[in-house]
Amino acid sequence: MSAKKILTTPIKDEDLEALNIGDVVYLTGHLVTCRDVAHRRLIELGRELPVDLKGGAIFHAGPIVKQNDDGSYEMVSIGPTTSMRMEKFEKEFIKQTGVKLVVGKGGMGDETAAGCVENKAVHAIFPGGCAVLAATKVEKIEGAHWKDLGMPETLWVNKVNEFGPLIISIDTKGRNLIEENKARFREKKRPVLDKINAQVRFIK
Amino acid sequence: MTDIANKDAAVAQLTDVMWKFTSYIGKRLPTDVTHKLHDLRSKETNPLAKEIYQSMKDNQEAADKLNRPSCQDTGVIQYFITAGARFPLLGELEDILSNATKEATKQGPLRHNAVETFDEKNTGTNTGSKIPWLDWEIDPKGDDCIIDVYMAGGGCTLPGAAKVLMPGEGYEGVAEFVFDVITQRGVNACPPMLVGVGVSTSAETAARLSKKAILRPVDSRHPNANAARMEELLEEGLNEIGLGPQGLTGNASVMGVNIESSARHPSTIGVAVSTGCWAHRRGRIRIKPDLSYEIISHQGVEL
Repeated sequence: MSAKKILTTPIKDEDLEALNIGDVVYLTGHLVTCRDVAHRRLIELGRELPVDLKGGAIFHAGPIVKQNDDGSYEMVSIGPTTSMRMEKFEKEFIKQTGVKLVVGKGGMGDETAAGCVENKAVHAIFPGGCAVLAATKVEKIEGAHWKDLGMPETLWVNKVNEFGPLIISIDTKGRNLIEENKARFREKKRPVLDKINAQVRFIK
Repeated sequence: MTDIANKDAAVAQLTDVMWKFTSYIGKRLPTDVTHKLHDLRSKETNPLAKEIYQSMKDNQEAADKLNRPSCQDTGVIQYFITAGARFPLLGELEDILSNATKEATKQGPLRHNAVETFDEKNTGTNTGSKIPWLDWEIDPKGDDCIIDVYMAGGGCTLPGAAKVLMPGEGYEGVAEFVFDVITQRGVNACPPMLVGVGVSTSAETAARLSKKAILRPVDSRHPNANAARMEELLEEGLNEIGLGPQGLTGNASVMGVNIESSARHPSTIGVAVSTGCWAHRRGRIRIKPDLSYEIISHQGVEL
């Protein structure tokens, strides 16, 4: 196995140019949770994001966080949520914030892919459901913004160390791993269904 | 009928069992799911898929060791109850399960996942209008109570779909519907999934049965031979598509396909699909009339 590829924030364009879909990378630095309402507030409502994301990384995730007696926060469980929900906003989000790495679950669409090409950014998949594994890679929660949104939607600023595996699903050339996979699944579907359909004609 | 001398103490006792069990199932997968994942992991040949399966295994081990919810999305809490008509706490059960949800949310902890619709405010307790969701079946002669706890996460709930077919579309239409849902939307539902299919008379009856189907053990079969055959065909066919873990391609797409059915109107075929993600967090517990209990879904549990 080749050496671990590690991205460090702030991420520069040249860090991402050689990456291709299907590559596995890890992240060291800062990773900020950012999902539905945070995207909506910036793009639709025009509110300024309380965190500077230039060269940064966001995580489509709503964690379980515990507040300690001294007021500090502890990451209990943090895994990715369905990235496609943010498709409506992501292209504009990447443009406005200068974010370089978008981490989530499942694929994103053509608009996000276009945003990744124009602004030299990537989307990556962290394995869904592996939330304790992810929490063990969070060294510290350094900030919590827009707490009025409740625990899942708060922007949690996480200091992470070799956070991953992150599978590149949209690269800076605009290739889209999940869309390519889905096309392959669609192609395989017809002959499989024909075979099944011949055996389920129970109405005679 | 069993008498419970001190009802308040009995309510407190059952609430205690149910919050602990609700919290427990968020941290450890049921035995049948763990076995199935082990099986799929050992048969996988795609290198990236193998790495993902390994991450899943590492995650479950970490969750067990650190006593934490294995997935951050601990879902909306749903209880599927089969209650004996003579179960002594039948009338108290709704309050017991609501309080168990609140306590599990604090102690688990569980993520706050109940957003009051139209007000659009998170209640912060995982309880709200009709939440936890209760589904009731009454066993007219029974005196015990079987409760399935299910954590309905967002990812695996999103593909859910129901439709009413015309009979001309036949069971072929059922197969088409299942494949459309799984290939288009299953990728985001954390495959390998457990697919539940309801074949029934209308949209809501099929939808309810499709959810009941994923409460059945992985690898269990429908008692009707044609339905069982269709479960096998759908499972083999979906696996041939090869979604792989997280939709990144691999040898399998699903942990299994379970069908539940009812009789139907001659003019309709109601069909619905519910999916459970690989981290299929459900648990089954039987409460006896003296409130002693037996955990059916997980082996070797201490609450």
